[in-house]
Amino acid sequence: MDTCIEKIRTICADLLAKGEVQKVIGFGEGSIPMASRPIAVTSKDDVEKLVFNATCGLNLANYVADAMPKEGKLAVVVKGCDSRNLVTHMVENQVSRDRLYIIGVPCTGMVDKRKIADLFEDEITEFTEEGDTITIVSPQKTETVSKQDVLRHNCQVCTHRNPVVYDVMAGEPVEEQSLDQPYADVDKIAEMDPEERWAHFQELTKNCIRCYACRNACPLCYCPTCFVDESAPQWVGKGQDKTDINTFHFLRAFHCAGRCTDCGACVEACPMGINVRDFTRKLNKDALELFGWEAGLDMEKRPPLDVYSPDDPDDFIK
Amino acid sequence: MENPYVPYPVRIDDIEVATEDKSLKTFTFVFQNPGDEEKFAYQAGQFAELSIPGVGEIPIGIASSPVEKGFVKFTVFRTGVVTSHLHNMKKGDIMGIRGPLGNWYPWEKLENKNVVIIGGGFAFTTLRSAIVYMLDPANRSRFKNIDVIYGARSPGMLLYRQELFDWEKRDDINMHITVDSTDDPDWKYHTGFVPQIVEKNAPVADEDTYAIVCGPPIMIKFTQPALTQLGYQDHQIFMSLENRMKCGIGMCGRCNIGKELVCKDGPVFTLEQINQTPKEY
Amino acid sequence: MKFITIDKKDWAGGIDKSRKTYQVFGPVQDENGCQIKPLPPDVYPLMDAGVTVMSPKSVLFPQTEKMLTATLDETREDHHVMKPVEKEDTPRVVLGIRPYDARAIQLVKLNFDNPDYQDPYWCKAYERTTFVGLAVTHPDPCDFSTSTGCGPFSEEGLDVLMADLDDRYLAKILTQKGEDWAGACGFDTEADAAESQALFDILRKEAEKNITASVDTDRLSEKSILDLHEAPFWDDVAFSCINCGTCTYVCPTCWCFDIQDETKHKTATRFRNWDSCMSPLFTHHASGHNPRGSKVQRVRQRFMHKLKYFVDKYDQGIMCVGCGRCVASCPVNIDIREVCKTMNNYESK
Repeated sequence: MDTCIEKIRTICADLLAKGEVQKVIGFGEGSIPMASRPIAVTSKDDVEKLVFNATCGLNLANYVADAMPKEGKLAVVVKGCDSRNLVTHMVENQVSRDRLYIIGVPCTGMVDKRKIADLFEDEITEFTEEGDTITIVSPQKTETVSKQDVLRHNCQVCTHRNPVVYDVMAGEPVEEQSLDQPYADVDKIAEMDPEERWAHFQELTKNCIRCYACRNACPLCYCPTCFVDESAPQWVGKGQDKTDINTFHFLRAFHCAGRCTDCGACVEACPMGINVRDFTRKLNKDALELFGWEAGLDMEKRPPLDVYSPDDPDDFIK
Repeated sequence: MENPYVPYPVRIDDIEVATEDKSLKTFTFVFQNPGDEEKFAYQAGQFAELSIPGVGEIPIGIASSPVEKGFVKFTVFRTGVVTSHLHNMKKGDIMGIRGPLGNWYPWEKLENKNVVIIGGGFAFTTLRSAIVYMLDPANRSRFKNIDVIYGARSPGMLLYRQELFDWEKRDDINMHITVDSTDDPDWKYHTGFVPQIVEKNAPVADEDTYAIVCGPPIMIKFTQPALTQLGYQDHQIFMSLENRMKCGIGMCGRCNIGKELVCKDGPVFTLEQINQTPKEY
Repeated sequence: MKFITIDKKDWAGGIDKSRKTYQVFGPVQDENGCQIKPLPPDVYPLMDAGVTVMSPKSVLFPQTEKMLTATLDETREDHHVMKPVEKEDTPRVVLGIRPYDARAIQLVKLNFDNPDYQDPYWCKAYERTTFVGLAVTHPDPCDFSTSTGCGPFSEEGLDVLMADLDDRYLAKILTQKGEDWAGACGFDTEADAAESQALFDILRKEAEKNITASVDTDRLSEKSILDLHEAPFWDDVAFSCINCGTCTYVCPTCWCFDIQDETKHKTATRFRNWDSCMSPLFTHHASGHNPRGSKVQRVRQRFMHKLKYFVDKYDQGIMCVGCGRCVASCPVNIDIREVCKTMNNYESK
């Protein structure tokens, strides 16, 4: 995959030099192998700091509302999933279209950093990407893998790799995947009997430390006071009681229902690598099957749990 | 090893509505276990954690004075979960008090000095403790002139009203009671914001005069320049700060301002010390 | 100084013997990484793991801990009187704790055990825990412990320091507690002290050479708090931070906690939970006022506390032992080594 970085840098240098945008949010180089970090660039001389590669797994739409300059526009580098979160932000009035300059990047997926780390017994010291080939080095050995073999799961099942809204594209669109069973992981859990399913979720969250990295990395979670932080009344305990931990995860997933784009930032941010997508994907599937809805594809419509139609066939509310 | 998290059990002996809008109540507590009152021996300026089992704890300045025996008093503003619960409690209810915590007004420095006390709104609680302490016959001769400037939004919002008026009649203390405004034609005292009254009525500074200031941030913001104009140096001005607290004993780490912990290195600081800390309070 | 040799063939058996006396803790691997956990009867510590995701601070300072309890049943005479929760007092041993984590515990001790107040929960847990350290012979890339006052073979805070010599451990007994542990395991093969110390010194030098990461802290104490606080670089440092609690929870020297009351039926319990200065509510007053209401203020607070306030207050160096966990786990790759360099080199105009 052409990582589009040269084009991104040229576009940003141009925008900043002409004063068309005040600030660009993109990714910068990380300080350890396999890492990249969100950065803000305000001068054309700094665009060389921008990078774009298969480690850019976070969702920059998360930063847009807070980083908006007082005047002028904000440019942001977005992948397919991130662009859908921008649509949701706009529909939900978090940001307005005319303040954004969206640099779309067609994406062939981000790597699963834990999967790569698991190939080694010791720590990785180098990570290089050359087209579709990834070379990883540790003191004990060197591994060369194809990027497609180490993609994150959400990238493996992604059907929106091209940005859906943009002012400029930093590369040629890539082919969209079509999948037979995109929700095989959800079906597997749904097929478990209740006890098995309960055990699955207990096992999943057994190492959760309530750091809220998942919630804070998620662009959808922008409530001024999250439900777990409310004190009057206090809905959820703040300790390690298993009921409280599970309540946080289940309820957060419900708050994201019909809005989640499966960008995977939550799992990427989690210091424990907990696959919290097991909570959100079920609701994504339900939104698709019950409402024909996928988040972030339509600037004119609000998510299904946000709207009511008088013609709704369900009569429980009458 | 003593457990500093265990509160002394106390019984609510009296509840008085302290202000006309009922947002403040003064609670009188009596220690349940003999010996606890002695263990709780405190100085004017300190605070304690009022502890309600199952609800939580709140750090509140001690309003009663060390010279008042047999009980302790706190005036509490209803603003959150614990204070609301406390406001709904009744005489005879049991709860806990942890303390005394924090440092206190620097009585050693104030020996043989003139003391100017400036308070606003419901920050007057520990100042009451200080005044009662100083006016006590056993202590009065240790201090020279005492001036008090205390203001609230309206007469009904002044704390300890009757005591204020009684002190006003004494000749060993100069009271300057003020309200922001009032429709009461019989109001005998000042009208005007505390900083303005300070400007007009506070004694000019000399090396034997110290000021103790306690009030909402906005009052402090404007009182400080007034004191500076009267010649008060930063080391002559004492302030009692607040911050969100939990443990009150300098361990949970949340009440810091720079490297000072408000619960342990404070809450009383000189303006000189505060000027050397980041403005995160 | 006494040294003993522990043949690895005897290791598991020794641990099993010690289970009669101690509750055993050590590193174990699961799907989420390597953690220090209590070891059930047939589980043994993973002694060649690198740095664990979470630190052993949870052995003395659990993430959620009951402190006090009271009955709300008004028919009981002691209703609404809070009493300390009874804690079990089984001795504990933490196997395979790294020297940087042991130093971290000594730094945390400055907070929980001081002349004015002692936290009985932490202090009692500390007294009944034996720390059997494992020297770091293969430092992780993010390990910068030699810059923070310890190092791969540092003995501070340990009762025993072991070095892995492939087929055996060479263990230096540092305290009576360490001696007692070795006895409980039945490890009693003494090794020549002078030779062993010489070997330790060689291994230490080799390990220190393998530490590539470092920070400079020499000029932090001479700087003024206000200068650093008002410095212009904090906006850049804080930009990517998402204010989660990851850095504070994985950090072995972070000790901040919250106190919460919960009621169930007629019992009230007062807990303490780990809390993070990164949380927006950390300093939120009931009135709504928040001295650190913005993200940049909170990020600045964290680094100022670790690298400046602690330095000035305790004169023990920085509040960091160089374990590298925050660097490895931060979702947005904020690197404390970079911030330390920026702070150390900062010259105000």
